[in-house]
Amino acid sequence: MSRIHAKAEGRMQTLARNPVMVALFMTLAIAGCASKKNNLPNSAGELGLNAATPGSAQDFTVNVGDRIFFDTDSTSIRADAQATLDKQAQWLQRYPNYAITIEGHADERGTREYNLALGARRAAATRDYLASRGIPAGKMKTISYGKEKPVAVCDDISCWSQNRRAVTVLGGAGM
Amino acid sequence: MLKRNLFRFLVALAAVVTLSTSPVSARVELNINKGNVEPMPIAVSDFLQGELGRKISDVVAADLKRSGLFAPIDRAAFIEKISNPDAAPRFEDWKVINAQALVTGRVTQEGDGRLKAEFRLWDTFANEQMTGQQFFTQPENWRRVAHIIADAIYEQITGEKGYFDTRIVYVAESGPKTARKRQLAIMDQDGFNARAVTNSNDIVLTPRFSPNKQEITYMSFEGNEPRVYLLQLETGQREVVGNFPGMTFAPRFSPDGQRVIMSLQQEGNANIYTMDLRSRTTTRLTSTAAIDTSPSYSPDGSQIVFESDRGGRQQLYVMSASGGGQNRISFGDGSYSTPVWSPRGDLIAFTKQSGGKFSIGVMKPDGSGERILTTGFHNEGPTWAPNGRVLMFFRQNAGAGGPQLYSIDLTGYNEQLIATQGFASDPAWSPLLE
Repeated sequence: MSRIHAKAEGRMQTLARNPVMVALFMTLAIAGCASKKNNLPNSAGELGLNAATPGSAQDFTVNVGDRIFFDTDSTSIRADAQATLDKQAQWLQRYPNYAITIEGHADERGTREYNLALGARRAAATRDYLASRGIPAGKMKTISYGKEKPVAVCDDISCWSQNRRAVTVLGGAGM
Repeated sequence: MLKRNLFRFLVALAAVVTLSTSPVSARVELNINKGNVEPMPIAVSDFLQGELGRKISDVVAADLKRSGLFAPIDRAAFIEKISNPDAAPRFEDWKVINAQALVTGRVTQEGDGRLKAEFRLWDTFANEQMTGQQFFTQPENWRRVAHIIADAIYEQITGEKGYFDTRIVYVAESGPKTARKRQLAIMDQDGFNARAVTNSNDIVLTPRFSPNKQEITYMSFEGNEPRVYLLQLETGQREVVGNFPGMTFAPRFSPDGQRVIMSLQQEGNANIYTMDLRSRTTTRLTSTAAIDTSPSYSPDGSQIVFESDRGGRQQLYVMSASGGGQNRISFGDGSYSTPVWSPRGDLIAFTKQSGGKFSIGVMKPDGSGERILTTGFHNEGPTWAPNGRVLMFFRQNAGAGGPQLYSIDLTGYNEQLIATQGFASDPAWSPLLE
């Protein structure tokens, strides 16, 4: 709760105390320099200075984190991803009016058909995790976009690692 | 409009007449099974009369050249100017410039407005006509007539069916990578006459021709419900294939055109199903806790090759058309995907990922004789020319903004870029249109 309302400096201190978050944050910042086209927050200002209305989609994206990342060809929920999903589950229980769509994605280092299935697996794994944290299955829908919707477009691992993701979209696609 | 006109000319092109001369056994022959073939010098003279005749001979020469098997001779080197394409040429004039074969022809307009195109193929060293044929069509189909003539020449000299009178359906891509627009498009195999057959902001993927060339099966994200669709080219009518409880993808037709085979995603697993297009009955063929996808029938319809990660990484498996006897056939270093059975039945083409590279390769249906045709940063999704001698695929180079289409000979030689207006992926080669 305190994090949602924390001021920018306080938020940065919270980040600094959490090595996993710092590592993730650094990856985002570096990739942001490599590619201006990705739509992830790419500076401390963007991450820290947003004053989102509690309970809004912006609040969810900025203060909770709408996405988790996967290892190559993997669908297992990493420790850092579990932390994000735990926060997502808390937030969704606090604001129970939202239904969600979980979008599964793959990086471009695979074939098209397989990546559609891989994205579906990631979305299903994410949904199952959220269900285990108390989110009703009936409120969650999944969709896979395979490798068709990258957010980072460089041709190296800094981008691929951002594209292997599951994104929780509030009142998302098709709802 | 496009959809209505697309296949009308199939009917108009029916009349094929063999121009009479005494049949001869061809002495000009090209053995195309020996790897890197030295292209055969051939003279393609301007068809009479006027600009259209010249344009047709240009297309014939371009087809033959792109096959890698022929080397059309520069017209500036020609000694004899053909004034009567029906009469025997001065063979000595063509031997001097090393033309092993000569093509002559004529285009005329019939009283009913149709175009009549005639050609003769001459063996300049045997001093004989090898073949002669004529075709009638609507004037707007002149490129097709040229492709048909090129096919006849190719077949006469190589002994194999040609592949020039064919089309490619593919995904035309435009816009930035993070917001890419994808449409299905169809073009002639040489990249001409490209036109879109879908126009929406929904993602469309993996289009495949039906054996009768009248339908396309593909995947669309319309309504955020990713599903396999069937598109009637003539009417533009679309329908979802089957009533499945999840994402369906990776569709292909059976060789008889009666079924669509595809994957159904349920939870984390994808299994392979068929739907009979007449009875609408669906049949489940695989049942594993894995990703089984990219199914492709053998040309006789008795077997199916597909990819599965049931053993950990993606590998190729072959099973009977009823789903029995699922056997792994790929055992090399790396992972294998997008298998597609050759129309001749003798080989399976695939995408291979190994050491961070993506390759296009072929192997026999029992998994032996693996051969890599091309390797690079990203090559994916092979499709066969109907004669089983040429493959097309899509390639994206590192740092490139998007993929482009390439063709390559089965021998691994003669790689050619297929020029498209924007980026392009997922090519699928049609059967011969005739």
